[in-house]
Amino acid sequence: MTDAATPALEIHDLTVSYHRKPVLWGIDVAITPGQLVGIIGPNGAGKSTLIKSCMGLLPVSGGWVKVFGKPLREATGRVGYVPQRESVDWDFPVSVLDVVLMGRYGRLGLGRRPGKADREAARACLDKVQLLPFANRQISNLSGGQQQRVFLARALAQEADLYFMDEPFAGVDAATETAIITVLRELRSAGKTILVVHHDLPTARQYFDRLLLLNMNVIAFGPTEEVFTAELLQKTYGGRLTLLSEVAQALGAGANAGGGDRA
Amino acid sequence: MSRGPTPKVERVVPNAFERRDPAPNKRVGVNALHRPLLWFFALLATSAVARAAGVNDLARGGDGFWVQAARFASLTDPSVRYALAGALLLGLGCGLLGGFIVVRKMALVGDALSHAVLPGVAAGFLWAGTKDPVAIFIGATIAGLLGTATVSAITSTTRLKEDTALGLVLTSYFALGICMLTMIQRLPNGNQSGIGTFLFGQAAALGADDIGLMSIVTAAVVGVVLLGYKELLVTSFDPGFARSAGLPTAWIHHTLMFLLAAAVVVALQAVGVVLVSAMLITPAAAAYLLTDRLHRMLLLAAGFGMVSGVVGAFGSFVGQGLPTGPLMVLAASTVFAGAFLFGPRHGVIARWWRQRSERGRTRRENALKAMFHLWEEDDFGPEGVALNDFAQRRRSTLEEIGVVVRELATHDLVTLDREMVYFTPAGRLRAGEIVRNHRLWELYLTESANIAPDHVHDDAERIEHVLGEATVRALERRLNYAKIDPHGKLIPSPRELHRAEHDALERPAGPGRSGGGEGGRS
Repeated sequence: MTDAATPALEIHDLTVSYHRKPVLWGIDVAITPGQLVGIIGPNGAGKSTLIKSCMGLLPVSGGWVKVFGKPLREATGRVGYVPQRESVDWDFPVSVLDVVLMGRYGRLGLGRRPGKADREAARACLDKVQLLPFANRQISNLSGGQQQRVFLARALAQEADLYFMDEPFAGVDAATETAIITVLRELRSAGKTILVVHHDLPTARQYFDRLLLLNMNVIAFGPTEEVFTAELLQKTYGGRLTLLSEVAQALGAGANAGGGDRA
Repeated sequence: MSRGPTPKVERVVPNAFERRDPAPNKRVGVNALHRPLLWFFALLATSAVARAAGVNDLARGGDGFWVQAARFASLTDPSVRYALAGALLLGLGCGLLGGFIVVRKMALVGDALSHAVLPGVAAGFLWAGTKDPVAIFIGATIAGLLGTATVSAITSTTRLKEDTALGLVLTSYFALGICMLTMIQRLPNGNQSGIGTFLFGQAAALGADDIGLMSIVTAAVVGVVLLGYKELLVTSFDPGFARSAGLPTAWIHHTLMFLLAAAVVVALQAVGVVLVSAMLITPAAAAYLLTDRLHRMLLLAAGFGMVSGVVGAFGSFVGQGLPTGPLMVLAASTVFAGAFLFGPRHGVIARWWRQRSERGRTRRENALKAMFHLWEEDDFGPEGVALNDFAQRRRSTLEEIGVVVRELATHDLVTLDREMVYFTPAGRLRAGEIVRNHRLWELYLTESANIAPDHVHDDAERIEHVLGEATVRALERRLNYAKIDPHGKLIPSPRELHRAEHDALERPAGPGRSGGGEGGRS
């Protein structure tokens, strides 16, 4: 596959702004394959923005991202994504299996329908998250935790090498949390690289090999036991960056002459 | 005792029963909402009938309704053939596109687009000098795409949101179009141009060129939907995911918008600018209420669209110049009203019926429970309950309790023998289950959720009707098969209930005077 020296994900000097207000500033990270990485930081630290811009879902104002040594455009087939559950309309007229099958769409060409093999793969993924009995339900007939597991199953169906997951543990029941972490560990054992946006500090310590402490820029990135320290967490969650953000806002407002700035 | 955890429990609890058994005050609210709606649709139906009668009268004034209808059905008249073909093509194309418009929440975009094409229609006419379909098509499509580009420009450069931008663009383009059309009608060749039909549609005015264009556009729509169904599905459901998987979401969106503009433009001649968006939205909305799968929804929407189109074209033909567009839209709205009222799952009547039967079940079970209590107070003696005692316990008159008992009797839960009411085996089993559910739930709330015993009754009153057997088993396990509820009353055990049922099966059904007496005491 890929030789070990090539990082699964390499981010260099990534800057992302929203209406001229920087959300992420000068991010430099290289993640070696086979890691389960937690991204933690306070609200508005840019955690979701980071993974979205890594997948090219947001315009980037500077820097670059490489996936397995290649620009993103050439590596989309190797990337899997679990968006936030709230990002879609669960009244949408599709079945659970239909949603999981969407994970196979990326590898099918235009005009090609998912075949029997794809269906089997999708059912196997549903089984991994213990939702096979629900395959033919409409997706609104699921609990929040089950919906989250459907998204996880869809990502599994992508058979990617690098996964981005946006708060998969947010607001789920205990059974779902266990099911998700089990799947994540299996993925890691299979050599996959997983980046998980996470909001709960106690479980973050327990779940992840490495942590990326984020607040507009990278506060620390390293093995959990080295990074999960009071000092670094204080740095991440403390008010250190409010000044930076105020200055940046003032700069943005000045350059923008007061227009188009979202408060 | 602490009241601290109460909110947590209450959050868990209402979810379990609200869907099945809404609180009484909620019921009133729903009814109060339904009644005006029902009246509204009754009025709508009457007005539709009145309108149909109007068509009839008008037709009789001319060739006579049946003559016209026969002419329509025989398809000898080329204008009928064109109108019919146009209506079918239009219904198919708009229905399919409409399905995606509805699930993508772009209904307003369709409306704005249809109004925005009007200046393009006028410009195309001015450019060609006559009512040339191709020139008008090109002009209108350009105007429509310009309109959507204006919306994008407004939303991306200002802080105005899409709804405002759509309203703005819709009205200003439409106003411009109306002015241009009025100017055209003042031109020497303006009046015979028939350009006024673009406002409200006139299927009878469709020509071979129009049908040709419609066929091309509808074929393109069908082709794109067949070829790119999965791409359209995933970009509609979860555009972020689709992009992350490398699908060209922007291209898919632009293709859809282009097809939408083209479909709107070719539909103009038949439906008119003002109402064309209804042909996109209404059949798809009706289909959305009837199914939970996108492919079925698309098929239904296309079917509804075609039926509405044909009905509209027919009405317009026999109605001698009644505008086609409004008739098509009325037909589609009738289909929607049908889905809204009679849809098997999401329909108002089905929901009302479900609620009603749920309420009936709760009422019956409460009566059974009261009977069980009386029997219990009698130390599980003779199984009969005097009607008088029953009425007193339920705080109702003998007549009222008579109604309840007869209802129970029709469900084979009790038998009535003069002034005495007796459980049937099934009734006794159900009564025991309800009482058990109630007491188990009370015990669970006091033991596991730390709620004071005097706070748990009302909650148990609602939960008892909806607890499934699996939940009951789990509760029992969790409570270590407790026998006594928080108020010191005996919890009827499943084994005893089972035995009661078993005894009842052994004996032929009847008043069963000696049935569960000892079982209750053990």
